[in-house]
Amino acid sequence: MSPAISRVVAFAWIGLMAGTALGRADTLKIAYVDPLSGGGASVGQVGLEHFQYIADQVNAKGGVLGMKVEILGYDDKTNPQEALVQVQKAIDAGARIIAQGNGSSVGAAIEDFVAKYDDRNPGKEVVYINYAAVDPSLTNAKCSYWHFRWDANSDIKMEALTNYVKTRPSIKKIYLINQDYSFGQSVRTEARKMLAQKRPDIQIVGDELHPLLKVTDFSPYIAKIKASGADTVITGNWGQDIALLLKAAADAGLQADWYTYYAGGAGGPTAIRQANLADRVFAVGEGFANIDYAPARAMETEFRTKLNGQTLWYPRVFNMMDMIFRAIEEAKSADPLKFAPKLEGMKITTFDGGEGFMRAADHQFFQDMFVVALGPLGAGQPFDEEHTGWGWKEVGKVPADQTVLPTTCKMQRPS
Amino acid sequence: MLELIIVSTLNGVLYGMLLFLMASGLTLIFSMMGVLNFAHASFYMLGAFFGYQLSRALGFWPALLIAPVLVGAIGAAVERYGLRTVHRHGHVAELLFTFGLAFVIEEVVQMLWGRLPVDYRVPPTLDFTAFTIFSTNYPAYKLFELLTAIAIFAVLLLVLTRTRAGLIIQAALTHPDMVAMLGHNVPRVFMLAFGVGTGLAAVAGVIAGPALVTQSNMAGLLGPILFVVVVVGGLGSLAGAFAASLLIGLVQTFAVAMNVSLADLLALFGARLAPDAFFAEITQVTVAQIAPIMPYLLLVLILIFRPRGLFGTRET
Amino acid sequence: MSAVAQTGVRRTGRGGALAGVWVVAAALFAVLPYVFSSGTGLTTMSLMAIMIIFALSYNMLLGQTGMLSFGHAVYYGLGGFLVVHAMNGITAAHLPVPLAVLPLVGGVAGLVFGVIFGSVSTRRGGTAFAMISLGLGELVGASALILRDFFGGEDGITTNRTKLLHVAGFNFGPQLQVYYLIAFWCLVCMMAMYALTRTPFGRICNAVRDNPERAAFIGYNTQSVRFIAFCLAGLFAGIAGGLTAINFEIMNAANVGAAPSGIVLLMTYIGGVGNFAGPVIGAVLITFLQVMLSDATEIWQLYLGILFIVMVSFAPGGIAGLIAMHAPVWRARLLHRLVPAYALALALGLVTFAGAALALEMAYRLSAGSEGGTAFRFLHVPLDAASAAPWSLAVLLAVPGFVAFRRVLPIVGNAWAATLAEARRGRGR
Repeated sequence: MSPAISRVVAFAWIGLMAGTALGRADTLKIAYVDPLSGGGASVGQVGLEHFQYIADQVNAKGGVLGMKVEILGYDDKTNPQEALVQVQKAIDAGARIIAQGNGSSVGAAIEDFVAKYDDRNPGKEVVYINYAAVDPSLTNAKCSYWHFRWDANSDIKMEALTNYVKTRPSIKKIYLINQDYSFGQSVRTEARKMLAQKRPDIQIVGDELHPLLKVTDFSPYIAKIKASGADTVITGNWGQDIALLLKAAADAGLQADWYTYYAGGAGGPTAIRQANLADRVFAVGEGFANIDYAPARAMETEFRTKLNGQTLWYPRVFNMMDMIFRAIEEAKSADPLKFAPKLEGMKITTFDGGEGFMRAADHQFFQDMFVVALGPLGAGQPFDEEHTGWGWKEVGKVPADQTVLPTTCKMQRPS
Repeated sequence: MLELIIVSTLNGVLYGMLLFLMASGLTLIFSMMGVLNFAHASFYMLGAFFGYQLSRALGFWPALLIAPVLVGAIGAAVERYGLRTVHRHGHVAELLFTFGLAFVIEEVVQMLWGRLPVDYRVPPTLDFTAFTIFSTNYPAYKLFELLTAIAIFAVLLLVLTRTRAGLIIQAALTHPDMVAMLGHNVPRVFMLAFGVGTGLAAVAGVIAGPALVTQSNMAGLLGPILFVVVVVGGLGSLAGAFAASLLIGLVQTFAVAMNVSLADLLALFGARLAPDAFFAEITQVTVAQIAPIMPYLLLVLILIFRPRGLFGTRET
Repeated sequence: MSAVAQTGVRRTGRGGALAGVWVVAAALFAVLPYVFSSGTGLTTMSLMAIMIIFALSYNMLLGQTGMLSFGHAVYYGLGGFLVVHAMNGITAAHLPVPLAVLPLVGGVAGLVFGVIFGSVSTRRGGTAFAMISLGLGELVGASALILRDFFGGEDGITTNRTKLLHVAGFNFGPQLQVYYLIAFWCLVCMMAMYALTRTPFGRICNAVRDNPERAAFIGYNTQSVRFIAFCLAGLFAGIAGGLTAINFEIMNAANVGAAPSGIVLLMTYIGGVGNFAGPVIGAVLITFLQVMLSDATEIWQLYLGILFIVMVSFAPGGIAGLIAMHAPVWRARLLHRLVPAYALALALGLVTFAGAALALEMAYRLSAGSEGGTAFRFLHVPLDAASAAPWSLAVLLAVPGFVAFRRVLPIVGNAWAATLAEARRGRGR
């Protein structure tokens, strides 16, 4: 049994003995902590490819402040405590920038850990850059100076979505169905609150919660939706919960539009194609492949060629890295204590050509949001998804300033 | 109300039969070998992926025949070269062996087909609406699932109780020495039983794959519910598993339709809890909200009050 | 099992040696932070110490009493949650309670939930108990996500261990202080659980495990024996959970779920259920692999699964069982006779494994599951899975290695049998 172990022992011995072996000054180490094995790795590995791709691009141009960018991958197995051990390993390996995205549970744990670590280890501060953990509390009640988020949080997405719904008079009866955990619960409460303000005439005809990833057969839920007479369903479901929901709806012949957060996630387009719901499933996000903006399309083409047809899922990772590099160059230092202030309030032209800014009050990034629908490709739409022959197309755009929500964050800045 | 009852009953029966389809092999293996196969859902997953791969090359119907045979052969090999060596260490060791096997199968499936769902579709011959009731469509494919489940139930029951082979198999579990004495090869009987059981799991996989999501985590998500079916029905009882599948299907489906919480029930008796009381949260949860975890509640209750399960003949 | 019982009986006669073992363990706990001084080292060792308690508590069920549980994380997780809530409550109310005693809160919580759930689940042993534990585990795991106030939803509940009463200048900010706190509790729990196995109650547990009918016949109520063992296991699992809460300062719904329940089973079984040292070895080894193996390979779960299958098939006594097997040979001072045969088998086994691992790693690079292309490093050597050379190497290592390994096994067996026989003879004289 021992060869694998002895090999690992050898690695680990070096790792454990080394103490805080800080990297050489000529590399900028960015730790990527996300699931790299098991089921969650389907998204975690692709995320890592985004980082690697960007690092290669920057290094080809000479790096940042003359430093080569190095991405260190750490497998957190989508488990918060496991993630903390891996963050500790990343810090020991000399990384002072920790990137993470998959799972708000992990995000909350890292945000809290990094805040305490920086508090207890002055002079060795690290910063947590978040590209996909969308729990609003990370930039509200739990906000921390050492956390920056580039994905729109779930409330912002709902703000964008309801601003779009406001412009659609055909929507009259909405059904809410969500996974029964904090994210699904916040989708449902925000939807109710915002719809009541913006479209008081809309009737909420149903409001369902079901356990996370435990439902095999959604037919009874579809029967309820059907009985309610809803014309539109809003759901934050992801993974098999969205795929099975859409398939059951198609089986039962339910005629409704689906407004979703994660229909574009891994496996989503495949399920929509199987259910044959052309142009009836909508998603809200900060970008999509077929956007009418030449630089983004060029990058998408190059990314897909290089990575075997993989969709560029995370335009926001490009925004994030762009801003980090810019802040480091402005501060002339890769020390988070020096470059973090440069990020506050920074404005950029985003990957998709719009204006974006990092709000100083809570370290939340704001950008244009798009409502997109999946269906057969039209003229001038070159990119399909998951080899289905269907692609995302724009049906509505919500400018960045219409997505701004107030924050309850009371930011404690280092003195 | 009538609409709700009819539609819920239909959905419940259809879902229950899908459960039975998946659990039949598990109960078969247990009834014959006394082994609780933790990797059963993994064989089901193998069936789905084999079915997907074969149906792309040969079409759905050949896949439905070939995939279970292949998976059954793998199952038989696992019994012959793995379980048989573990057998002498007792049932716990056998169970743990299958526990480890589930890990390995999942990783292998990920290596072969990746981690994303594959595009496994309902065959065109069955891709139409069979009937419509209260404006809800029922696809022909669901009826196909239902009929297959009933057919498997009937055939298994007949073979086990009405044929000579079935009697030998049953006797091999309870009186292995006597059966061996009579000139039957008991280890081979066990190998065949395990092969047939895993083959049945693969049949379920080929059929359920297009209806559900065919992905490398499908085994982990489905595994526990199959145990519930088999244990509630009574370990090793085929009829019990059939009844338990129906019961769970109906309970879960009707529970979804009920928006009642403990707080409502208390209010009926005039009791009210302050909303900020420590355990007030638990009383706010509605029946519909927890419908999919009802089977586990059922499992615990059944095991407390009737440990042999619904139709079981011996205590588990 | 009987061999283990025998060695146990023998050990009771040697109280001095036993005390020596604990002194060595304490010294080891004290010195280790100076050997592995990095943050990762401290965090990993803290986690190992916690898992030792957790795995030992699990073995009170599986190894001592013969109860297979699939839901032991319920008591670990709930203990941890109660401690987090207690820490936050104490901080808010400014109560003068030091951090060091808080694991007790977790222990009490584990005990209370053990009493509640144990009263319904321990009426029967065997498969019925296993299935109830599975059902309860699923129920609690699912409720943890639904009940947001207590379990904190997806984010979990965070706390700050430095805000409690400071005693003797310890604020428990640095990981080193937390490590020593955990190590202290680990040692106390290990001694307590070991002492428990030496009591009459511990013996009755073994009797219930080995032959419940006979235990009942000589007048013991097997149901209450199972119940008491279950509650005590809950107590220690709760302490482990409480230490987790202190170590990570966060508890999350994942802590009560199926994953930790499965891992503790793996740890205990691979380490060895028949021996008190087994779960300790398993906890240290598996925790280490969990933390470090994922750096070496993406398919670490595959290796872990294979390791588990191999252990179940060929070494049901676990690692500790393998070691304990050699005790008579060791006492007869004949261990050196085995070294040549073992070294040969080990060398061939390593060659086979290297070839097989190389093939698996390359298969992974070529597979649909990998996103990273075909180039990779094996033992720091850069290779390309799409080229033929490394594949030939893998086959050349694995196939002849395996054939030779099979040939050598009888030699090892013979050497073992001969040495053991001689050891027994020597003792007879």
